[in-house]
Amino acid sequence: MQLPVIGRQVAQPSEGGCSASGCGGSSDHLSHLPQSIRDKVRDHPCYSEEAHHHFARMHVAVAPACNIQCHYCNRKYDCANESRPGVVSELLTPDQAVKKVIAVAAHIPQMTVLGIAGPGDPLANPERTFETFRQLSEKAPDIKLCVSTNGLSLPDHVEALCQHNIDHVTITINCVDPEIGAKIYPWIFWNNRRIKGRRAAEILIQRQQQGLQMLTERGVLVKVNSVMIPGVNDRHLEEVSQVVKAKGAFLHNVMPLIAEAEHGTFYGVMGQRGPTHGELQSLQDKCAGNMNLMRHCRQCRADAVGMLGEDRGGEFTMDKVEEMIIDYEAAMRERAAYQQVALATLEAQRKPAGEQRIPLTALGGRKRTPRPMLVAVATTGGGVINQHFGDAREFLVYEASPMDVRFIGHRKVERYCGGGSSSGDGESVLQKTIAALAGCEAVLCSKIGYEPWEMLEQAGVAPNGEHAMEPIEQAVSAVYAELVAKGRRRDAAGEEIFLQAGT
Amino acid sequence: MAYQIIDSCVNCWACEPLCPSGAIHSAQPHFFIDRNRCNECDGEHVEAQCASICPIEGAILDRWGVPANPPGSLTGIPPARMRAAMAEIRSR
Repeated sequence: MQLPVIGRQVAQPSEGGCSASGCGGSSDHLSHLPQSIRDKVRDHPCYSEEAHHHFARMHVAVAPACNIQCHYCNRKYDCANESRPGVVSELLTPDQAVKKVIAVAAHIPQMTVLGIAGPGDPLANPERTFETFRQLSEKAPDIKLCVSTNGLSLPDHVEALCQHNIDHVTITINCVDPEIGAKIYPWIFWNNRRIKGRRAAEILIQRQQQGLQMLTERGVLVKVNSVMIPGVNDRHLEEVSQVVKAKGAFLHNVMPLIAEAEHGTFYGVMGQRGPTHGELQSLQDKCAGNMNLMRHCRQCRADAVGMLGEDRGGEFTMDKVEEMIIDYEAAMRERAAYQQVALATLEAQRKPAGEQRIPLTALGGRKRTPRPMLVAVATTGGGVINQHFGDAREFLVYEASPMDVRFIGHRKVERYCGGGSSSGDGESVLQKTIAALAGCEAVLCSKIGYEPWEMLEQAGVAPNGEHAMEPIEQAVSAVYAELVAKGRRRDAAGEEIFLQAGT
Repeated sequence: MAYQIIDSCVNCWACEPLCPSGAIHSAQPHFFIDRNRCNECDGEHVEAQCASICPIEGAILDRWGVPANPPGSLTGIPPARMRAAMAEIRSR
């Protein structure tokens, strides 16, 4: 079966004026899909942006071995403070992993999804990976099972994946051109040999594409992850998006390169930079013209636990899990009840498809449209503004325009409250946060202290605590409408807009 | 004649299932090659399997004690560059 994919024709808003099919993307961007597919992703935090406000996931680190080397990866296993794919604190056996999943599912009612994502490649460790899946499909039948792979071994395991009811698979595809691949993958292990250079990339690309096609033919939902590496594959990823869409991939997740010298990766040590927020957004917008695009990925660790923006792994180390006494039947009922309410909340927060955020009457007789604005939001989940500015470890960024409010991405920050006021290099935590919010013109939170309020205002970011507990998109929309009505927005030509609401 | 695994091994398990002689075992603090069983994949494979998949430069030594994957050979990072980067990090 060929899966439908999202194209421009279905994601268009009722009026023009937005550059990409990302319009409407933050609301019900899956509305055109068949019910069977919507049911598969509506509570999957990694496949649906709106689901990620309400549902949680976990990864179990059962798959240490890898069959390729990527220039952005160095698999240290003992770092608790780094959050990036490929890093874990504790490697688990399948039996331990199953215990941990049961414990987490009993304590975190939001949990719907279990993924195996490393720290190596799950399909380079097929016995451990499939033993974990086999036990879980028996013992935790309400949990969705997912796997993430580099694709090299994928064609060999498609049948097994289908047998284990794995209906969400993520393939990391950074290129479809072996010249570019040779700059990303120094080697692969293939047919009992280490193969380097262009030939290695050729084989990997062929296997990824073959695996993708085999999965979509069998009705498995496939998400494609791509790492954006400026100067290496940034110009190439639009083509990747087109190719994977044509093969039936459901969602494309373009992620920024994470590269620091202390990670010991090739890119980190060689000084390869990651993309800026603007560069990433611009590429995501271009790829969104081709297909359904994911912007809410947090590039989590291979042992992450909890909602996407948080990591509660520390509460579920194996020594703690071994001590827990769990009534799984009861926990499963509690979880089902919680999730029913969460789905209802999610439905209620969703605006009707095609509805315009800002009533056109508010724009009066203006010829030119006000330009869009970025708004940062502090939330702990639930789809509402419910976090104190100083408690936030990340801000979600939304773009408001007269047409719509759409989710753009997230900005990681250090927690302002409770942490040190200075981080050693002379720059305060608050200054760093304000720098991380570059481009945002307002920040919405449940409360905010006097000091950050003043500094944000000075930096041109309007703090706003008036929309606490309101659904995010409605609040962002209201703030934008308010600013437009006050005439503080400049239009695309940079001219100040002077207009009154309703005139 | 035998290969050996030394303490830079990160216990990633990649080599263990590949060994045609069943000479590799998980152990603490790191994986270990049974010298009596290892035949360097002679007659089995063109290249020693453990050394062909190991992601860590220097973690596997050949029979002469020479790293099967010398510095820079797997990551592509020139050793001098790596040393400079590490020195810079330590000095912070």
